[in-house]
Amino acid sequence: MSDYSLNSDLFSDKVSLDPIRAGFGRGLKAAGDDDESIVALCADLTESTQMHLFRDAFPKRFIEVGVAEQNLVTVAAGMARAGKIPFTSSYAAFSPGRNWEQIRTTVALNNQPVKIIGSHAGLYTGKDGATHQMLEDIALMRVLPNMVVIAPGDSIEAEKATRAIAKNGRPSYLRLAREKTPVFSTNTSPFEIGQAYVLRDGTDISLMGTGTMTYQLLAAANILSDNGINAEVVHVPTIKPLDEQTILTSARRTGRVITAEEAQINGGFGGAVAELLSEQLPTPLRRVGMPDHFGESGNPPELLDKFGLTAEKIAESVKEFVSNTSQYHREY
Amino acid sequence: MSGQLTIPQLEHMATVIREDIIRMLEAAGSGHSAGPLGLADIFAALYFNILNIDPKNPEWSERDVFFLSNGHTVPVQYAAMAEAGFFDKEELLTLRQFGSRLQGHPERERLPGLENTSGPLGSGLSQAAGYAYSLQHIDNIKNRFVYVVMGDGELDEGNIWEAAMFAGKNKLSQLVAFIDRNNIQIDGNTEDVMPLEDLRGKWEAFGWHVLEIDGHNIESIIDAASMARAITNRPTVIIAHTIPGKGVDFMEYDYKWHGMPPNSEQAKLALTKLRTLDGKITHEGQGI
Repeated sequence: MSDYSLNSDLFSDKVSLDPIRAGFGRGLKAAGDDDESIVALCADLTESTQMHLFRDAFPKRFIEVGVAEQNLVTVAAGMARAGKIPFTSSYAAFSPGRNWEQIRTTVALNNQPVKIIGSHAGLYTGKDGATHQMLEDIALMRVLPNMVVIAPGDSIEAEKATRAIAKNGRPSYLRLAREKTPVFSTNTSPFEIGQAYVLRDGTDISLMGTGTMTYQLLAAANILSDNGINAEVVHVPTIKPLDEQTILTSARRTGRVITAEEAQINGGFGGAVAELLSEQLPTPLRRVGMPDHFGESGNPPELLDKFGLTAEKIAESVKEFVSNTSQYHREY
Repeated sequence: MSGQLTIPQLEHMATVIREDIIRMLEAAGSGHSAGPLGLADIFAALYFNILNIDPKNPEWSERDVFFLSNGHTVPVQYAAMAEAGFFDKEELLTLRQFGSRLQGHPERERLPGLENTSGPLGSGLSQAAGYAYSLQHIDNIKNRFVYVVMGDGELDEGNIWEAAMFAGKNKLSQLVAFIDRNNIQIDGNTEDVMPLEDLRGKWEAFGWHVLEIDGHNIESIIDAASMARAITNRPTVIIAHTIPGKGVDFMEYDYKWHGMPPNSEQAKLALTKLRTLDGKITHEGQGI
């Protein structure tokens, strides 16, 4: 049974909204208070990525590198060799979008505890359009050996995730969204790297979400409940290492799985779940996300609606999937 | 290790390193010849004079730090490290073999004494700059220096110039960079592939102190490093003019030897030339 403490205002008009990136800013400042070896590097986007809280508190440990993302992560790799724990931030489209090879060689293969913070990932980037709506970062980062990949579901979890990667001693990627999103967790909700959480128990289908999509899945589950479908909701903030046990247990219980992410489904979170299920517990699966397509300018709700990522659209997709697919899994 | 070897002894060490390189590449059957041979004098100077290091304690907290940026030249670093006592010389012949700590391109976690993993070009200077920044501007440690060797071909990479701006801005005077100016890269001569000149002017414009030396003159190499450490308001780059393939006449100046190892016949000839200083001494074994 789920014992996850959800925000009690979650489905009311009073639900609190906060950008996920703001949680990162608070978490980094707190991590900096705890550990003097933490340094922060930014590529000319300090307030956008919310590093200004750290910069103002610890100016000596803040390094501005200018618009130079390759330098951003390689300088950080050198600082890690000198005993620092470097957090680097930019927009995800540029880091890891532009500097992926530097991350591969000098951070992942070199196995240094550099933290790559990709802000403005996904469609919640909104009006900036397709160039800035990074949708390929999950695939790019989860393919790297040694790399930890986390997409927090809300700002409270982003704060916890930031403090967790400050201590994990490993190369890590943290995916952040720009616009305000609903806060579904609370200060007492659990967060551990590598853990997935069942937020709502169900029997008919498992809805598995990462990042901002988990809130949409919770709302979709309410709609489905009104339609007689009892959906389980699983929040998977850590995409790598994937919590295989929680995912397999849920799939075994419900026999049908939907994944949702604000990213390319090819190679993304849905890809990770598909790989796991097809090898260990073949189960009917539908991946919701960007289907080999780029985004465009618009308000986030308009974009989520167009690409089928609102609670309503996801619920429709689930209804159709449930009506056409029997509950099934095959144990090896 | 400063002051342990005389200049003639260091010159001899450079020849020994060249012999090691030839043997390693012949055994490996693949790898780069020209760059490592051209860098032998600089690495003899670094590992036996310039760097304040302890081969028996590679993680010594007071050490100077050396980053290799153009990882394909690593045979010269492995040879210098083995000669300096980081590991047994016999291990040199495992270069590029399955299970060896001496990977085709250097991997930090495999071999104690390596400070970075490199191969893809252009990222060594910024790592060295990051280390120097930590020492200089965060930890206020003044008596440690960070050295980096870059190739000239890799100066085509944008990452290098991002790092050059960063080091200039932050006046990283504890950072000393060597450029192996041998004028060759895989597709030909650097000035044909992508012209680098005015190289001195470029670095000066980025806020660096620039020295130009004969990269085969051990005394010049050591002097330049000393001068670099004495400059306290800027990073220093030492443009070391070298001959690719230096010491083996049929490899010298020929860019075709950039990415090729000698076969056994060529290796034998190369070793003979090195041991007799190209025929100037008539029998092998005349040591210093």
